[in-house]
This record gives sequence, structure tokens and C-alpha cells, in this order.
Amino acid sequence: MSHLTDLPPWAAALVCGLLLIGAATTFIGSLGLLRLPDFYARLHAPTIATSGGTILICLASILCFAVLQSRWVFHEVLIIFFMTVTTPVTLMLLGQATLYRDRFENRPGVPRKSRPSGSKIEE
Amino acid sequence: MMELAVIWSVLLAQTMLALAMAFALYRMARGPRAQDRILGLDTLYINAMLMLITFGIRTANTVYFETALIIAVIGFASSIALAKFLMRGEVIE
Amino acid sequence: MRTWFPYPLLSVALLLMWLLLSQSVTPGSILLGLIVSTVLAWVTLKLKPARSRLNRWSRIAGFILRATGDVIRSNIAVTLIILRARRRAVAAGFMTLGIDLEDENALALLACVLTATPGTAWLEYDRRQKILLIHVLDIENEELWRKTIRRYAADLKEIFE
Repeated sequence: MSHLTDLPPWAAALVCGLLLIGAATTFIGSLGLLRLPDFYARLHAPTIATSGGTILICLASILCFAVLQSRWVFHEVLIIFFMTVTTPVTLMLLGQATLYRDRFENRPGVPRKSRPSGSKIEE
Repeated sequence: MMELAVIWSVLLAQTMLALAMAFALYRMARGPRAQDRILGLDTLYINAMLMLITFGIRTANTVYFETALIIAVIGFASSIALAKFLMRGEVIE
Repeated sequence: MRTWFPYPLLSVALLLMWLLLSQSVTPGSILLGLIVSTVLAWVTLKLKPARSRLNRWSRIAGFILRATGDVIRSNIAVTLIILRARRRAVAAGFMTLGIDLEDENALALLACVLTATPGTAWLEYDRRQKILLIHVLDIENEELWRKTIRRYAADLKEIFE
């Protein structure tokens, strides 16, 4: 508990706020995973955890160690970069895979593959 | 005084993240279908990474941040591989 | 020059990331980073990614700002939806709309922005009929989403084409 004593009050308050808001956002995102009714709705939940939670918690860490100047903060910058770039790709691929499987199994309530050009497309 | 506030908020944040991990684990164990499990696994990865960052803030140990970075990269690769596997259309549940 | 460094921007970004990861700027790590970034750029050449030219640099800042604002607003909206999910049924649904984008990189960027926005998830784009299928968590504001996505598409068209 030594390094945190050197933190000035304003920085400590900011770190607390960012940490708590970030963790709460992640918590709500995972709660969505639990509560939302079907897969396509659940697909939206993890994006809150990344775009909200990761960025806020990493910002808290960056602020803490930038003020203390005890270590380099590039790790957090790289983590933010990786998460914001990779999570949409994962979810997009997962959504496409699910759509493919649902069509393969002829599940109800899933939009059909649009007909080849010529026929009319229903909205 | 402020130091205590930071320590308590780190603890509170860790509690929330642990609950979030439990929810993701529940979704992973419960299913109902393979894609739900993969989504749960992906969320579990993200939550575990955030948990490591909060540990890093409390202890100022660089190892935690390196681990978090590795989890961020490997979690992406594994989720992509699993989603690609589902794309093949082989229904193994 | 072009044969040695087919993708100069990519090579520079890779070198920068290498230096950040190894956290040192000694000649040894710079040399190793140069070798890695050059070789990886050659590997990328084999993959033949679609090239596109950016024009209208001034529009890019506006696009990023608007996307960030939308992501933040959507974060709050989805948070409220999840918290209320017990009492009120979630009105989620699929939605199709036609957008007119040709450039592959523009489409990829649009897909990433739409998926990163918590309220919307990209599912499929039919390249021949130019019809996009997305899933929306809050289908009641369908017209609003339609307008937002059309605006993104118009911005991207100006930036990339």
C-alpha cells in the first residue's frame, strides 16, 4: 500500500470515479448477457463492457501511473487499441456464424437469405 | 485518507468484476446453444483482463499489465477461431 | 522504395507497436523491429488487401467525432434497456436497409463502427443488391437508426470514393 499514498487527492478522486464507473459498466454489460432474451439481443451486451468498461478502467490506470510516474503506461494504450479494434470483429463474425447456422436449421424468426436479383425484396 | 478511498474503490470494482465474470460463466455453462457459450467465453476474457488491470493498479506490478495484454490478444484469436468453426455448419453441441 | 516498403504506413505502425511492446529504443530493438515490420509488410502484400485512397481529410475528424458521440449515447441507452429488462420486454429486431458503398475498406469501417455501437450489430451485407442486414436492440427508434446509418454511409462515401 505504499505507492498509492503519493497520489494527490484530485488524482485519487478521479481514479476512484473512473474505476467505479468502468466496473459498473462492465457489470451491467454482463448482466445483459444474463437477462436479455435471445442470442441476437445478447450480442449487444459485450460491446458495453469493451467500449465503456475497458476504456474507463484503462484510463484510471493511465492516470494513476502517469501522476505517480512509477512505470510506463504504454501497456494500457495498447490494450485500449487492441480491444477497440478486435471486439467488433469477433462479434461480427459470431453474428454471421449464428445467422448461417439458424438459416441452416430453418429456425423461425430469422430473416431469410435475400433472393437473387429480379424478385422483389420485402422490407 | 485518499489512499484508503482508492483501495476501497479498487475492492468494490473487483467485486463488481467478479460478479460480471460469474454472469459470463453462467452463460457459458448454461448455453443454450454453442454461440451463446462462445459469447460468454469472450465476455469472460474481457472481464478477466479488466480484473487483472485493477490488480495492477493496487500493486503497481508491471507483470499484471503484460498478462492483461496477452489475454486481450489471445482471447481475440480464440474467439475468432471458435466462430470460424461454427461457420462450417457442423452442428456439434 | 515501393518494392522494399509496399505499405509504408503499415510498416511504421508495426515498428511503433514493436517498440512500445518491448519498451526500449536501443539500436538492437529498432533493428529487430525494422526487420519484423518489413517482413510483415511483404506478407501483407501476398494477402492482396484492397487499396483505397483517402480524400477529404477534414471529413475524417467529423466522422470520428460523430461516431464517438453516438457510441457514448448508445452506451447509456443500452445500459438503461438492460436495467429495465425485468419490467419491460426488450423490443429487439432485425432491420434491412439499402446503402450504396463500393469500397471494401469503407464497408469494413462501417461494419466496425456499427458493431462497436452497443445498440446495433452488423450481420450481413449483400454486395450485389446492396442491402444491409443489422440487428437493433431498440427497434422502436427504427427511423432514427436508418437516418444515422445513412449519414455514416454518406460520410464514408465522401471520404473513400
